[in-house]
Amino acid sequence: MTVMAVARRTLAKDLRLEWRAKDAVNSMLFFALLVVVIFSFSFDPTAEESRRIAGGLVWVAFLFAAVVALNQTWARELRNQVLDAYRVSPAPAVSLFLAKAVGNFILVSALELLMTPLFVVFYNLRSVGPVYQLLLIAVLGTWALVVNGTFFAAISIRTRSREIMLPLILFPISIPALLAMVDATTSVLTGEASPRFWLQLLAVYDLVFTTVCLALFDTVINAE
Amino acid sequence: MKRFYPFFVLVTLALLSYAFYQGMFAAPTEATMGDVQRIFYYHLPHAWVAFLLFFANFLASIWYLVRRTERADALALASAEVGVVFCTVVLVTGPLWARPVWGIWWTWDARLTSTLVLWLIYVSYLVLRRFATGAQTQVLAAALAIFGFLDVPIVYLSIRYFRTQHPQPVIGGGEGSGLDPRMWIAVLWNLAGFLAFALLLVRLRYRLALAENALEAAHADRALGNLEQMPPPRASTQAGESPESHSALKLGNEPR
Repeated sequence: MTVMAVARRTLAKDLRLEWRAKDAVNSMLFFALLVVVIFSFSFDPTAEESRRIAGGLVWVAFLFAAVVALNQTWARELRNQVLDAYRVSPAPAVSLFLAKAVGNFILVSALELLMTPLFVVFYNLRSVGPVYQLLLIAVLGTWALVVNGTFFAAISIRTRSREIMLPLILFPISIPALLAMVDATTSVLTGEASPRFWLQLLAVYDLVFTTVCLALFDTVINAE
Repeated sequence: MKRFYPFFVLVTLALLSYAFYQGMFAAPTEATMGDVQRIFYYHLPHAWVAFLLFFANFLASIWYLVRRTERADALALASAEVGVVFCTVVLVTGPLWARPVWGIWWTWDARLTSTLVLWLIYVSYLVLRRFATGAQTQVLAAALAIFGFLDVPIVYLSIRYFRTQHPQPVIGGGEGSGLDPRMWIAVLWNLAGFLAFALLLVRLRYRLALAENALEAAHADRALGNLEQMPPPRASTQAGESPESHSALKLGNEPR
């Protein structure tokens, strides 16, 4: 089987499992909802000023919620030594990574789709700039979080404190991507600046780290 | 190398003392900032040495992934650890200097922010090394080191854009165009001194890492030696493992 065929099968299996159990989606959604409510205590969320911080707010909520899903990426494969079975099988490791990354991308995108109306309602958001740019930021930004997140989750499950480890190694590396997402979103929402530079930066970030992830995943998954 | 070592310690001490003299007495007092500017002779060399050590960590990590030698990993660990120490010195001397000159301890200026992010990245590398277990630590750490180093130019690019786009409360940076030649001499002597000091520390840490690995290997050997004297448990673990790997192989054949 080719790389893509294995990836497609694995992705289909993961999505089917997620569809039946809804573990990751439910916990992510509830978590993001909690973040929305807790944030609203620290400032007046309906004030006109809040549009300036809305970009940061939305992405921090999505980031924290995404970590919940990312942490569960490999947990399922550890039970019954599925990951070990995969390692000794002739299936390419890259396709496993692609399937997991795309699966997480779908989950986090679904979360964003469900949460955005809630943000709009709770924080009284209106976009001054063009909305299609927000969509582009969301796609590039989510991939930036998810591709490294999937890779680092594979690293963190091999450490002593699995769940705590992921944000500790993911957040520092993700700082430029987060900065790009937050500032681009703010500049579209306020309509004050063009997000062009940030979109280019996100595209470069995605390209660089997708390449590195694909190049190093085989090494990391077979680390003894 | 061993005979050379005490000599190198003496050279480092001599360099550091002479650099101290240069920075504290020989260099002229800065016109507007006064004597507090002399912290610059520690601030800048530490920053450069830290960047150099992080680059060494990147090269050693690639070397480890290609060759899988203990030495490469020990070098990566040593350079990252000493690099974080030097970067910490930069982050501590910066505010000490900024407070009397700028009037504030910290400002989210481009250079300060990116140095802080750099520090965070390498601290996370050290955290991973502490929490990972067994021999896989070295592979995982090497992978993270490559991610971290590739992230550095993106961090600089993004933060520079972010901070120049917005109005800046404080005009940053003390060094630059109009540096007195005698100040340059003091900078270069301090750079030489602290570079030698860093190399000394890296070498010590490198030897320590190798010694730790050797000790761990010796413990493992001893434990295995004890096991060999008691055949029954060893046989049972083998029996426990084989059906698993057998079924795994069968699973693996399926996709073909």
